[in-house]
Amino acid sequence: MSEYADPSVLVSTAWVQEHLSDPNVRVVEVDVDTVAYDHGHLPGAVGWNWQSQLCDTVRRDIIPKKEFEDLMSASGIGENTTVVLYGDNNNWFAAWAFWQLKIYGHKSLTLMNGGRRKWLSEGREMTKEVPKNARTSYKAIEPDLSLRSMMPDVRKALESGSAVLVDVRSPAEFTGEILAPPGLPETCQRGGHVPGAKGIPWGVACNEDGTFKSLDELRKIYGDRGVTGDKPVIAYCRIGERSSLTWFVLKYLLGYQNVRNYDGSWTEWGNLVGVPVERGAGS
Amino acid sequence: MERTAWEWSFLMKPEEYKERKETVGRWEIHVVSYRLGDEWICTVDNVSPGANVARATGATREEAEKKALDRARDRLASTRVRPA
Repeated sequence: MSEYADPSVLVSTAWVQEHLSDPNVRVVEVDVDTVAYDHGHLPGAVGWNWQSQLCDTVRRDIIPKKEFEDLMSASGIGENTTVVLYGDNNNWFAAWAFWQLKIYGHKSLTLMNGGRRKWLSEGREMTKEVPKNARTSYKAIEPDLSLRSMMPDVRKALESGSAVLVDVRSPAEFTGEILAPPGLPETCQRGGHVPGAKGIPWGVACNEDGTFKSLDELRKIYGDRGVTGDKPVIAYCRIGERSSLTWFVLKYLLGYQNVRNYDGSWTEWGNLVGVPVERGAGS
Repeated sequence: MERTAWEWSFLMKPEEYKERKETVGRWEIHVVSYRLGDEWICTVDNVSPGANVARATGATREEAEKKALDRARDRLASTRVRPA
């Protein structure tokens, strides 16, 4: 089996188990379900709340640089610490955190393959104790916005065909049948997708146990759908976390050079006045 | 680095972990339940796209699952489907 383009970005649950007490490693849990951490997490793991700690809490945006530095410092993370991110739902928000840590230039960064679900299913040890880490004085770089697309970038890609748009939501969200994942609040005025976007749900990249599929499988899955890396790619979903996972797969596992996450995603596009929207299965 | 006895005393292993899929209305759901210490935990997500819909705890698996599934049914019932 071929190796991922950048194998350093993934570690196994067994590797994490062996490094739980490693002072150069900090394990961080980020869940969709923001109370999951309180009901048990990996020993020594720090918990981050995506709703209050991984965003600008006033305007809709990624976490500002100063708040990011404060979060990293409070978590006992230095510029050279290896950060292992994991979470529920196949690492959706762990990937969201990964994307933001890359934007701010953190170098040693991995996802735990399979996330929280795999750890639990393997019966590995958990705790409810919250670790007390010595504070650091973390310094981030200026944000690398080449990893991010904003709405005008998507509009330009739509009009000029300069990038492949990948909609990673479920088929029912893509067609416009539903405006949000079943059981979740609707956050947009219109259903459908950006015209011309390819509907490739995030989950096609994962095995049943939550781990990522092999390089060969991923290459075939995305290649068969015309996402080959020869053109820039912009991934989007509803709020940007599922597309962070696909961004991670395309950029680090497949090694595509120019991949961006459009975190405004459908909650932005589906609320805009006057932008084109396509319904149904698409072209 | 070795763990101290104090640190070890807080460790628990998830036990009797089970996963299954079932259907509520037109939606397929993924139900996970396990015991951690004295607490049973149940989470429910929608299989497509895989978002968390409900979580509950209880003194038994049955209690945790019933609470989580009741919440999940309520939330899933609120999903509006439009012609595509």
